[in-house]
Amino acid sequence: MLAFIARRLLATIPVLAMVAVFVFLMLRLTPGDPAAIIAGDNANSQQVAEIRSKLGLDQPLLSQFAIWSARILRGDFGESFFFKKTVTDLIVQRLEPTLALAIATILLSVLVAVPLGVIAAYRHESWIDRGVMALSVFGFSVPVFVIGYLLIYVFAIELGWLPVQGYRPIAGGFGPFIERLILPACTLSVIYIALIARITRASMLEVMNEDYIRTARAKGLGEATILIRHGLRTAAIPIVTVIGIGIALLIGGVVVTESVYGIPGIGRLTVDAVLARDYPTIQAVVLLFSFVYVLVNLAIDLAYVFLDPRIRY
Amino acid sequence: MTTLSDIRDAVDAAAAPRRPSTWRRLARNPSVMAGGVILLVMLAIALVAPLLGTIGPSRIDPISRNKTPGTEITMRADDGTRVLRTAWMGTDSLGRDVYSRVIYGTRVSLAVGVAATIVSVSIGLAVGLLAGYLRWLDAVAMRFMDGMMAIPGILLAIALVSLWGAGLLTVILAVAVPEIPRVVRLVRSLVLTIREEPYVEAAVALGTPMPLVLVRHVMPNTVAPLIVQATFICASAILVEALLSFLGIGIPPEIPTWGNIMAEGRALFRVFPHNILFPGIFLSLTVLAINVIGDGLRDTLDPRMSKRI
Repeated sequence: MLAFIARRLLATIPVLAMVAVFVFLMLRLTPGDPAAIIAGDNANSQQVAEIRSKLGLDQPLLSQFAIWSARILRGDFGESFFFKKTVTDLIVQRLEPTLALAIATILLSVLVAVPLGVIAAYRHESWIDRGVMALSVFGFSVPVFVIGYLLIYVFAIELGWLPVQGYRPIAGGFGPFIERLILPACTLSVIYIALIARITRASMLEVMNEDYIRTARAKGLGEATILIRHGLRTAAIPIVTVIGIGIALLIGGVVVTESVYGIPGIGRLTVDAVLARDYPTIQAVVLLFSFVYVLVNLAIDLAYVFLDPRIRY
Repeated sequence: MTTLSDIRDAVDAAAAPRRPSTWRRLARNPSVMAGGVILLVMLAIALVAPLLGTIGPSRIDPISRNKTPGTEITMRADDGTRVLRTAWMGTDSLGRDVYSRVIYGTRVSLAVGVAATIVSVSIGLAVGLLAGYLRWLDAVAMRFMDGMMAIPGILLAIALVSLWGAGLLTVILAVAVPEIPRVVRLVRSLVLTIREEPYVEAAVALGTPMPLVLVRHVMPNTVAPLIVQATFICASAILVEALLSFLGIGIPPEIPTWGNIMAEGRALFRVFPHNILFPGIFLSLTVLAINVIGDGLRDTLDPRMSKRI
């Protein structure tokens, strides 16, 4: 088991390294002068030259990569040209809203999607099942921002139940904090619910055909016990896997949702950085989100060992 | 005289009961038919946009700004006379007709989606064929693809657009690039099994050059799963383009696309939701139609894949 964990940890390193190589090459292989791109449109030639030597862009490619990755490993993503701060400070400042939104969304999605999927599988081919499947196709097709504006229009403008936009830090009281988080979390959940409900249904359908489910029924166990203790427990692995893979969707959704709701998080920072052509910030955000994505999936892989006694590595 | 292919046909016929053709089976699926009809309507709209009672989608009319849907608008025609026109989807904050913009936007949005799909499928197919066939390339290429796949797709597209600058071509490429690794993985996994087939071995033994083996003997067997994948890529490409344009970092604002129309409507959304509502409906319907067709194609063309989700 320890050997497995060690092997899995080691296997993550090349992936993270490839992400870094890719992000590094993205700027270098773009036609034109990377220093000029980083400096932005308003820089004069002296500033461009300064950036070139500061970032080591006048060195050969390999030593450039060495310098660049050494900086990243120290957590030094350079200085934002637009916000006039170090990128690290900028990200730390924007971390809370994004984390709050992501956690609220994941909780909401799992709490809604897993029961939906289980019921759909239990009542296979019924109208509930068709409804859940139709809902999940809708969830994949209606863009996040359309859902966002629809919810704002109905619940904030027409009904006036919730605030339209904005964010309050949790330190300012739980009420205002959660009040402003409900609509964004619902918006972002739709696609995630679609994904999780679909995989839960498929996974449960497979499990419910197993012999031990028949045995459990024959023993006279209640349907709820059969579904949850015998069905869902076995079906959990693909569900947990897809929750991890879905983080990629979630990250894309965060960027959009934060823009729709005016939440000052990392997603909003990304868009602002692109509009300002603030490359150091964009690069840091891409690296950060990708690392989070890879590490969450690593954690899930490792969790299987504890979740499922059948898995022996 | 009995030829080899006659024998093969006879064996095939004996082995499998005659299955209805792919088209028949697709046509029997009501949701695929509905999706197909919606998509055809969208394609028709894109083709004949100028004939659908539209006016110039970029035509600015300062007098009739921010009109709600259904407002009658007097506008000056080219010959100087005044014409009464009903703006049944309203106008935006520059007085442009939202109906005309949505109709013309169909052109751009569909074209970008299809172009991005073609780019990612052709690059992905080429890399996937080579990686699956040439062992020395496989490890390097696949590790690189793993790295690319670890970057969330939308984020990668955003980063690429920020580097390349906003433009029609750069957006198409930026939308296409994140999809490439998924195509590569699919094609590579198919090639790994196909290349062990006797007919490939036969072709190699006959001295067929490697590119010809790949194109003539390996590639045709990747087509069915690839079509399914391409459908989903197209749906996602249309969504990502709309999303980038909506955020103001996609197609330049003067080109009408569904995302751009919605971006324009963001500021005054509380008072005039129609700027987001109508293009939103068109966008969602189109993506929904393509997704439904994709699901149907997957179940019909590639039953093995349908078990995965």
